[in-house]
Amino acid sequence: MIDPAQAGLRESATFDRATIAAIQRAAETGVYDIRGWGAKRAVPHFDDLLLLGASMSRYPLEGYRERCDTDVVLGDRHAGNPLHLDIPITIAGMSFGALSAQAKEALGRGATEVGTSTTTGDGGMTPEERGQSKHLVYQYLPSRYGMNPDDLRAADAIEVVLGQGAKPGGGGMLLGQKISERVAGMRTLPAGIDQRSACRHPDWTGPDDLTIKILELREITDWQKPIYVKVGATRTYYDVKLAVAAGADVVVVDGMQGGTAATQEVFIEHVGIPTLAAIPQAVQALDELGLHRKVQLIVSGGIRTGADVAKAMALGADAVAIGTAALIALGDNHPRYADEYAAIGSAPGFYDDFQDGRDPAGITTQDPELAARLDPVEGGRRVANYLRVLTLEAQTLARACGKAHLRNLEPEDLVALTIEAAAMARVPLAGTSWIPGQGF
Amino acid sequence: MVALNGSSVQELMKVDLASTSVRELNAELHAPTARRYEVHNPRGAEAIAVGLRHAIEVEIHGPAGYYCAGMNMLADVVVHGSVGTGVAENMMSGSVRVRGDASQSAGATGHGGLLVVEGSASMRCGISMKGIDIVVGGDVGPMSAFMAQAGRLVVCGDAGDGLGDSIYEARLYVRGRVGSPGADCVEKEMRDEHVAELGQLLADAGLPHDPGEFRRFGSARRLYHFAAHNSAAY
Repeated sequence: MIDPAQAGLRESATFDRATIAAIQRAAETGVYDIRGWGAKRAVPHFDDLLLLGASMSRYPLEGYRERCDTDVVLGDRHAGNPLHLDIPITIAGMSFGALSAQAKEALGRGATEVGTSTTTGDGGMTPEERGQSKHLVYQYLPSRYGMNPDDLRAADAIEVVLGQGAKPGGGGMLLGQKISERVAGMRTLPAGIDQRSACRHPDWTGPDDLTIKILELREITDWQKPIYVKVGATRTYYDVKLAVAAGADVVVVDGMQGGTAATQEVFIEHVGIPTLAAIPQAVQALDELGLHRKVQLIVSGGIRTGADVAKAMALGADAVAIGTAALIALGDNHPRYADEYAAIGSAPGFYDDFQDGRDPAGITTQDPELAARLDPVEGGRRVANYLRVLTLEAQTLARACGKAHLRNLEPEDLVALTIEAAAMARVPLAGTSWIPGQGF
Repeated sequence: MVALNGSSVQELMKVDLASTSVRELNAELHAPTARRYEVHNPRGAEAIAVGLRHAIEVEIHGPAGYYCAGMNMLADVVVHGSVGTGVAENMMSGSVRVRGDASQSAGATGHGGLLVVEGSASMRCGISMKGIDIVVGGDVGPMSAFMAQAGRLVVCGDAGDGLGDSIYEARLYVRGRVGSPGADCVEKEMRDEHVAELGQLLADAGLPHDPGEFRRFGSARRLYHFAAHNSAAY
């Protein structure tokens, strides 16, 4: 086979190799491509922002001596028992069904070790997850699979899910390969079928109804549990205002880079807005309501490093959530499985077929043999380590900006590398005072 | 808490929502000090008697708003009036009886127990039902039993369009006309076991109809797997 570059062959920018493969795949199968992960296209992101460390005009904190606190309280607007987390980095909702029971347990163990929360997902709460999670957020989803009021009462917070960044406006799906007897039983469905999750809640249809739904959830839990509302990032300014008006204690905004277990490729790549563009909209909505820092904002979708954490918080988030990165910490896409990825037509760094249940790392599977590869204790240790690194990195950057608490980071600490990022994040282009869209 | 009949453990407690808040009522019902409750002047309030988990009896005298008896476990609730959206939503066990009509999404996502609506129910009755039994004395609106997974829905009157759209394993019995069955929902044979279970449901609901007057609907199971040739079904 010749080297196309050496031979002077020119690849089409419009019809690149991935596009050609997608067309040929569609022609062969007659169905759209379904995969996991989140948007893979390049979009303006936290890498397009930089932090302004202290020098003459600002005073830094000593990196190895002075405190930079990280704790956060979530849900103290109305709830009798808000969450008190040691770090502002939480584990996002991922279902048992999408993930193995061992993976869910490992996430709970890791989160608990560093004093943060983890979240259930479609399909309900497993005993393994509840047992290993000090702070467990219970997702209340349109499908209501496995929805049990006893679990609602056993949770530490309730997250009403309206959408997620990978597929705002779309429901869920769990293909038959992953509908094991246990998953099917929890969801009251026949084993082995391709299971659809509704995109709309079955018993309310708009923001006014959501107000009453939240009232019902509060009444059932005697006003003790914080109630989050999660939206996929689209019309974020309006969605956040409506969520707050409906009574949310916490708003979760998930950008288009946020992951999924199984969604149409066309949906993942073409619906929603980048996380970077969503945060300022959410903060503006909260500011205008006089509730920024009173209704907490959790941001997810593409959080990978402590720099991402620090930048999201500088833009106004109270906390962040990680999903894909937590799976990678557990071992997803690890080079040690290179041969096995190759056997299923993938490679480390590219594997995204979470929907088909053949994950060599034993994370996105219900196959007992594959799932057994993941030791929940070791997995928990890895997740805890990763969360510690994120925290240490964010603290390092915050101290450099002279902040004694991560929440003290502010937009004034940021500049943008590109005009696009400056416009979306509403911070100046580096070296200028220009914020596109806000005049000169 | 205004308890007209005393405040210690007792047979009957009367609660007047004209002078007591729904919050106070629900707090009492979550840690009950009586075996039976009468709730007066509900005046359409939302979230009355939600999250119950004890084997108590609650009678609501008047109309109730959204989510009346939502997520009920073990309790027996009777509403002497009509109810708003989502009555007995996600019920797990026990029973809820509505003497009047019910708005949208009656019994939505219910996992168990018996919901009886003696009048008619609006759209989406039994949507995503997961094991609950629902008996409606009158009609049900469009898209009832949408994505119904398990349980039985009995309609003694007519059913609107899109009945049982994308249904899984729930069984639907309709005595009157069906506007149209939804995607993957088909009429099925009434075998002896269906006549028997329908007769039991009607008896439990206290409705005197002959099971032989009903038709059964359920899933054709053609949409259980994604396939290109099904694309026109949605």
